[in-house]
Amino acid sequence: MVEERLRGWRELPLGAVTYRLSTDYKTGDWRALKPVVNLNKCVKCMLCWIYCPDMAVIWDGEKIVINYDYCKGCGICAQECPVKAIDMVPEYEER
Amino acid sequence: MLEVRWHGRGGQGVWTVSNLLAMAVSLEGKYVQSFPAFGPERSGAPVLAFTRISDEPIEVHSMVYEPDIVVVLDYTLLGSPAITHGLKKGGVIVTNFEDEPSKIYDVLGISRGEYRIFTCPATKLALEILKRAITNTAMLGALLKASPIVSMDSVFEAVKERFPGTIAEKNIDLIKKAYEETREVK
Amino acid sequence: MAKVPLEKQTLLNVNGDEAVAWAVKQSLVDVVAAYPITPQTIIVERFSEFVANGEVHTEFVAVESEHSAMSACVGAAAAGARAFTATAANGLALMWEILYIAASLRLPIVLAVVNRALSAPINIHCDHNDAYGMRDAGWIQLFVENVQEAYDTTIQAFRIAEDERVLLPVAVNLDGFFLSHTLENIRILPDEVVHEFLGGYRKIPKVKVDYLEDEVPLVLNPARPLSFGPLDLYDYYFEHKMHQIEAMKNVPEVVREVNQEWYEISGRKYGDGVLETLYVEDADVIITVLGSTAGTVKHVVRKFRRDGKKVGVVRIRMFRPFPHREIAEVLKNAKVIGVMDRGISFGSYGQSYLEINSSLYDYKEKPMLVNYVYGLGGRDASPELIEKMINELLSDAERGYVENKLRFLGVRE
Repeated sequence: MVEERLRGWRELPLGAVTYRLSTDYKTGDWRALKPVVNLNKCVKCMLCWIYCPDMAVIWDGEKIVINYDYCKGCGICAQECPVKAIDMVPEYEER
Repeated sequence: MLEVRWHGRGGQGVWTVSNLLAMAVSLEGKYVQSFPAFGPERSGAPVLAFTRISDEPIEVHSMVYEPDIVVVLDYTLLGSPAITHGLKKGGVIVTNFEDEPSKIYDVLGISRGEYRIFTCPATKLALEILKRAITNTAMLGALLKASPIVSMDSVFEAVKERFPGTIAEKNIDLIKKAYEETREVK
Repeated sequence: MAKVPLEKQTLLNVNGDEAVAWAVKQSLVDVVAAYPITPQTIIVERFSEFVANGEVHTEFVAVESEHSAMSACVGAAAAGARAFTATAANGLALMWEILYIAASLRLPIVLAVVNRALSAPINIHCDHNDAYGMRDAGWIQLFVENVQEAYDTTIQAFRIAEDERVLLPVAVNLDGFFLSHTLENIRILPDEVVHEFLGGYRKIPKVKVDYLEDEVPLVLNPARPLSFGPLDLYDYYFEHKMHQIEAMKNVPEVVREVNQEWYEISGRKYGDGVLETLYVEDADVIITVLGSTAGTVKHVVRKFRRDGKKVGVVRIRMFRPFPHREIAEVLKNAKVIGVMDRGISFGSYGQSYLEINSSLYDYKEKPMLVNYVYGLGGRDASPELIEKMINELLSDAERGYVENKLRFLGVRE
């Protein structure tokens, strides 16, 4: 978590906007299953990039990369991949 | 405070004529209120509208229960007890009526001397001038004869504000003619 | 600002809905998103004519429901717009979810509620249960008595909502049909006077966040992003509710100031803006009432006074925040209070009765209270009924106790 100290109401900004940038709140720790890409199978069709609701699939210029800071592990990328190049793996199990 | 109740049928311009009277009176610096008996409007169904006129700001926001004047746009409504309901003793009834004036007492079911009654052949005049049986402005002319609530000029101004060019002109003609042909029933 | 003499104020013959449309026309409103519903329809009709004729710069969004109407206003206001919508009864009920969001995001939206009874059975006529239903949503609620006040209050509402001490949405309540469809002659101020009164276009409050060095306007802007309406669990939700609670405390002061300033410009004021009183100083019996019925009650009370009966009236112009202390100070010395509610919380009392009861609890010496529920579904509050009520209260005052605290005025047995 990003929070070091919980602030009092007098310290909070108006309109319930967040005092930190929303990207500071890393939602990757919500994940139970993580997507792992098999680059040997990947055909770079980019459907995973299109479907990811959290914009957590990134094209680095050569290949796709998962941003695990924000990936919530929903599994849509694995479901939509036409060549089954993405596996959903339990968090504790590294491949 | 003067209270006027208008009787007619949906589509005859009952609310419009109440508004016209209010607009005319307003031009002369008095306070006014004009509203229909609220409800979903159906063409042909009996409808009511009310006008309140006062030298002081009008506080009351309820319906009118004891009008000073009742105006009837449609003579087919005359048999209804609603016409005289609540009308103040010695109050005024102004009605569209083309028959022998003395017959009005039987039609209304009242005796002589209870109210002052004025009749105007409004349907006939409206058909002549507007070519349509819309009697609301004619009955405004008739009302002015029965009770000089407001000047003719103010009424004409209100009519011009409410209706475009020739329609306004024809209605003004109709108001003048109706005024002339309105008679008190003795 | 300088006083505008009456002859410089344009005379209009309009009904309550048209008066609201005129007020919005003059208030430099950027976005109107609305869906028509009787008896509010005329507001939307007139205003869309102004838009079609190019008389306003407003973006008119014809939405597909009231839920969307308020959602569009939330989006527009978050983007910095002055936003307005209008609805009634069932439409307000459909808007309900978003009402809370508008208030907690501190968006100064103005909403005209043309009070109408809720279904079922379906009914298009006036009562206040629609407005009472939104009393906990965090909105300021003002109730007007006549068509002139509907115009005046709609303009004032933008000032109140946008005041930096407030920043809360305002609902302007006008009685369906009794005001919305009743033509009265009113005076309106020149456009430029209204513009100056409002301080021109909406001013955006500033906010400080950790990740930007300077204070920034509280608006959606990709160049300096702010997160509106984020997830807020038990760690921060309570603190954010404190913001709304605190903001509400400032409202009475602002409403009074705006009422006074409006008086100095237009010559019109409505009590102190919060409460309007008549003959309360020595009254044995005081009637409390909201909306257009207040006029009829005043009319009847003047008659009682002419007969030497000590009767007074308090009109509650501001229902949220509720002026507990102020009303208790006015009522405390009377013998009996007749609290009129055009609504009821089923299984309890009328909603303003509950407030007034709470207001007086801490006073050692206090009047007896009677709740009169009246006018549901547009049942007329005739002068005759009000006379009957006052006569009952006068005998209660004489007898020194009340038997039935919840009475229904004008219902058939």
